[in-house]
Amino acid sequence: MSPLAPAPAVPRPRAGIGQTAALMALLAAALALAYGLGSSYGAGLVTRTAILALAAVSLSFLIGQAGLVSFGHAAPLGIGAYAVLIAGEYDMTNILAVLPLAFGAAALFALATGAIALRTRGVYFIMITLAFAQMVFYVAASLSAFGGDDGMAIAARSTFFGARILKPDLHLALLAIALLAAAALGLEHLAASRYGLMLRAGRENETKLEALGLDPYRHRLIAISVAGGIAGVAGALLANQVEYVSPSTMNWHLSGELIVMVVLGGSRRLGGAVIGAMVVVLLDEALGRFTEHWKLGLGLVILGAVLFRGAEVRALLGKFSHG
Amino acid sequence: MTTALIVSQVLNGLQLGVILFLVAAGLTLVFGVMDFINLAHGVQYMLGAYLVAVSVAFTGHFGLGLVLGLLAALALGFVMEILVFRHLTRRDHLEQVLGTFGVILIVTEAVRMIFGSAPIAFPVPATLAGSVTLFPGLNYPVWRLVILGVGIAVAGLLWFLVNRTRIGMLVRAGSTHRETVSALGVDIDRLFLFVFAFGAMLAGLAGAMAGPLVSVEPTMGDRILIIAFVVIVVGGAGSIKGAFVAALLIGMVDTLGRAFVPDLLKSLVGRSAAATAGPALSSMLIYLLMAAILSVRPSGLFGGRTA
Repeated sequence: MSPLAPAPAVPRPRAGIGQTAALMALLAAALALAYGLGSSYGAGLVTRTAILALAAVSLSFLIGQAGLVSFGHAAPLGIGAYAVLIAGEYDMTNILAVLPLAFGAAALFALATGAIALRTRGVYFIMITLAFAQMVFYVAASLSAFGGDDGMAIAARSTFFGARILKPDLHLALLAIALLAAAALGLEHLAASRYGLMLRAGRENETKLEALGLDPYRHRLIAISVAGGIAGVAGALLANQVEYVSPSTMNWHLSGELIVMVVLGGSRRLGGAVIGAMVVVLLDEALGRFTEHWKLGLGLVILGAVLFRGAEVRALLGKFSHG
Repeated sequence: MTTALIVSQVLNGLQLGVILFLVAAGLTLVFGVMDFINLAHGVQYMLGAYLVAVSVAFTGHFGLGLVLGLLAALALGFVMEILVFRHLTRRDHLEQVLGTFGVILIVTEAVRMIFGSAPIAFPVPATLAGSVTLFPGLNYPVWRLVILGVGIAVAGLLWFLVNRTRIGMLVRAGSTHRETVSALGVDIDRLFLFVFAFGAMLAGLAGAMAGPLVSVEPTMGDRILIIAFVVIVVGGAGSIKGAFVAALLIGMVDTLGRAFVPDLLKSLVGRSAAATAGPALSSMLIYLLMAAILSVRPSGLFGGRTA
């Protein structure tokens, strides 16, 4: 950027809260429609969308606000899923213990690896986050007590002091949407705060921030840990939905698809990640019906979007939602 | 723990090292010249294995098939650069990641459509398929020695190209002072085209070398790509010397770790704990090494530029 270029406008995240609320309403409406039609398949799809959107929103916070392109976001998600599996093997299924455990374990991993990855920039950061995520993948595959390569079924869905509250799929779907709403609003709030402003300032000009006596490293480390923890919660929900956990839960292609969701929906607003998750899940489903080689189509869409600068589906969708 | 076991594991480690070097060399050159991150480099490794396997089967002659396959990999490198990659070099890293991720999905799925998901056979000529007695008690597969020889020869050739030729000089200059080189009238885009296609061929050669040892399948590039990233990060992006040293280091640590860490643990913490921790620890070893090196030298062992 030339020194004379005008400073890029910092988006005002508060404007995103209305959009986020609208998107939650859309998900809830889709869920209601699925139940109205008696389509458990459709309801499962909504649940999956909400769960992936939860992970994508946390990644969007990293990419869009902090400017940190993590290519390893499937790792904290997988750690959250394994937290459910492993805790269940030790007869711990209470959701009030399992979800904090998933959050904590994933946040701790993000903190430890982030502390090293954040010493680097740009391409290094991308490669290192990918490498650490792959490390977790291989460790999970070597856990022979928990299914090894093949993974294993979780003992039971999470409970509330013994009550099997998540047994009905509807409850799980509502929990996923509620947690997504809470995370999205919480992150919007964070992005609108002084802290969010510092993250964006560090993304634009690190030297200036340091000259002001602020410590971008520490702020970024907090952002990485929080985003990792949220991805862990998404993983815990995913484990509850499919009732099965395996290393492929954290295949690195998932990290890539999460980035796709964030960018397709537009990374400047957190709500964009929700739109991106909807688009990718629907695209997967639609192409999957058409051909078993649906990944080819997904790849073409991604490449086309990048090459032809149509990366912001949200811009298009935004026109519809704002008339 | 016999001498024969140790020697054969050291040879295995070196041989994984040279394969990693062949993959990482192209990746690090492309990064050096254009600050470009290419996730699809693993796909070129996979394509190399397929192209050579197919052209050997087609011609019925190993040497001829190998040459044809590698030329095809080179040609494909040119085509892919012209169609896709040159349009991504001036974009930010996020778009490069996305675009090349898209390429991975497309090419992997296209190969799966043509050849199926199951591994295909990779023919090795009978003279290279046997094993040779290095010393009493150690029979070592000839093909693995061939890999070592080819790897070392290519490393020497690369050293010559990078350090003793004009184009190598431009590549070296480009990796540290891109704008200056460009301002001096060098067409950096054309340089990138050749470096990219050459890197694709090297990755293809690595895939063809590894073909008989691993299963040749559409996703074979995924694993090697990420280890190649570890190599580049450890060695310092843009540095051929760094890639060579780091590739051998990572190859040795990974191989020896898998071979001996479980046994070592067994003598330290007992059998049952070792049975759980051994496989996990040995698969983490190279990443822990990467973390350790990065905390001391954030830009890698030979990384001149600040990362």
